[in-house]
Amino acid sequence: MREVLEGSQAVAEAVRLARVKVISAYPITPQTHIVEELAKYCADGSLDGRFICVESEHSAMASVIGAESGGVRSFTASSSHGLALMHEMLHWAAGARLPIVMAEVNRALGPGWNLWVDQTDSLSQRDTGWLQFYCSDGQEALDTTLLAYRLAEILNLPIMVVMDAFFLSHTYEPVDVPSQADVDAFLPPYEPKFLMDTKNPYALDEVAPINVYMEMRRSIQMAMEAAPGIYQAIEDEFYTRFGRRYGLVEPYRCEDADIVFVTAGTAAATARVAVDTLRAKGERVGLLRLRMFRPFPAEAFRLGLAHAKKVIVLDRNCSFGAGGVFAQELKAALYGPEAPKLYSYVAGMGGRDVTVDTFSELFTMTRDQDEPPLGSVWYGVNEEMLRS
Amino acid sequence: MKNELYSGAEYLNPGHVGCPGCGATIAMKLALRALGEHTMLVIPASCWAIIGGNYPQSSLKVPILHTAFATTAAAASGLRAALDLRGDRETTIVGWAGDGGTFDIGFQALSAAAERGEDFIYVCYDNEAYMNTGVQRSSSTPWGARTMTTPGDKWKRTYKKNIVEIMAAHRIPYAATASIAYPEDLERKLRKAASIRSGLRFIHLYSSCPTGWGFAPEHSVRVARLAVQTRAFPLYEVEDGTTYAINQAGDKPVREYLRTQSRFRHLSDEDIAQIQKYVDQEWKRLVRKAEEA
Repeated sequence: MREVLEGSQAVAEAVRLARVKVISAYPITPQTHIVEELAKYCADGSLDGRFICVESEHSAMASVIGAESGGVRSFTASSSHGLALMHEMLHWAAGARLPIVMAEVNRALGPGWNLWVDQTDSLSQRDTGWLQFYCSDGQEALDTTLLAYRLAEILNLPIMVVMDAFFLSHTYEPVDVPSQADVDAFLPPYEPKFLMDTKNPYALDEVAPINVYMEMRRSIQMAMEAAPGIYQAIEDEFYTRFGRRYGLVEPYRCEDADIVFVTAGTAAATARVAVDTLRAKGERVGLLRLRMFRPFPAEAFRLGLAHAKKVIVLDRNCSFGAGGVFAQELKAALYGPEAPKLYSYVAGMGGRDVTVDTFSELFTMTRDQDEPPLGSVWYGVNEEMLRS
Repeated sequence: MKNELYSGAEYLNPGHVGCPGCGATIAMKLALRALGEHTMLVIPASCWAIIGGNYPQSSLKVPILHTAFATTAAAASGLRAALDLRGDRETTIVGWAGDGGTFDIGFQALSAAAERGEDFIYVCYDNEAYMNTGVQRSSSTPWGARTMTTPGDKWKRTYKKNIVEIMAAHRIPYAATASIAYPEDLERKLRKAASIRSGLRFIHLYSSCPTGWGFAPEHSVRVARLAVQTRAFPLYEVEDGTTYAINQAGDKPVREYLRTQSRFRHLSDEDIAQIQKYVDQEWKRLVRKAEEA
């Protein structure tokens, strides 16, 4: 059924449709609408689950780890400082091979306090063993949450569904909400591969000595390596049932493009408009939207950028001392003599606007430059302020 | 009495890696005898994370969920929710953490779980310092003790937190102290804790540590008994956070307890007198509360 939903509500709807049993969360702007909605569902009985009001994000992740270890589907949501506080337990969830799904709303980290969109929070968690999917609208946030449960429970790895602060979390859009019967057919009841059971008294997550630890880590890497293929098969089924698909990366007018934008989140929707505007002026430009970030879909990027001469990466994040994270990872994936020239731009951090004009300007700068500068170029900063 | 105590099933396997004379191991053995097979443990970083065994072995015959240091009460809350939603009301969940994992790093999650009225038993097995990492002070380390982070003349000059009073202040249905030297009392308290199914039940379980405190392994139970007999660690219980009852009398001078352990060896007569004064004050306060009830 088509409804007008806020991005946060779209995620909450998906969690209800996934028949999640335990939700545990601590409030942080701009994640609050997701968890408020779920608290309401648990209270009014429209979701047969329990909402645990924990005292911190660290405890939120610890309690969903407890719940998954007890054999039920679970969910949490966080953002920014909350995600940072969870960091230890993100490692624990992946190491314990628990298929937890969480919504993560991209928000800047302090100081100074800033509530607005910035991807550095989720990208700081890239080595924790979680898969990450970046969404660009409410429909995709709903669909990705459902896809995430299906994929996580096959891989036995946790998944972060990532969405921009406010631009997505607080924006109302028409969203097609699937029926419970259709979702049930797509997402079967959770059958844990191991769990706490007094009849089979295992010790879970215990000491792993030198002779087994590396194999445990290798098995996480193997699951990550299998993820893109498994995901695409699941998405094919999703497409058959629901008529929507997104891919690991999503190309837009890339076929004959000399210059291709790469970005993620809601900025990609803006980039799409910029592509149309530039195309109307006769420029051969396209967009390859990054959707899956962990595992990094290197093969999909290599294929998608096979004919591009230049790539413009817009990062709403920075790994200080290295530059934009997506640019870094993409450079590594494309490395070799055939690689297109990669122009890295850091922009839009802490909620600063990324507009159609932003992309048009980046396009012109890149087109007129034969060689990319070393490192990332910061776009839209007040140089005068930096000099003072 | 002996026959009754030793008639039940054993849930601790031989071959565990606890230190000789480990009070925490005795504590687990006794606790599981009281609780039985329908028990699940949640154990954070602690001595018991090691004693529990290395993959793929376990020293216990009940399931263990090992978890990160600060998270015992949070993980137990999630596990309880999962069991409830699966329709399992029979299993008792026990958070089993050391003093560092309870008094210090895990306290925030514990306080929150108590406030939420979570249905599980939380046992703090207390060996009065970070023993697993090599004897560093915690907020459970008593005044006067030397540890590796309170060495030489910098021995600890602050008092141990009164964790049971803090938990009682949450008005949980049941909080009690217990000791490995009083197994009947310990088992009774765990059974009682298991029988209450609303709210968090807290057991503060004195677990002597030959390695960290400096005494011969064969004296673990004797040291624990002296702690009760000298009132350094009184045995009592608190119902609903308000109704106190003392379970064991004691009147020996605290010096007899202190001189069994090298961690207190440096203390002067004046220092010991100060500890005696503190112990007497605390005991009086406890007696007053018990009389009020």
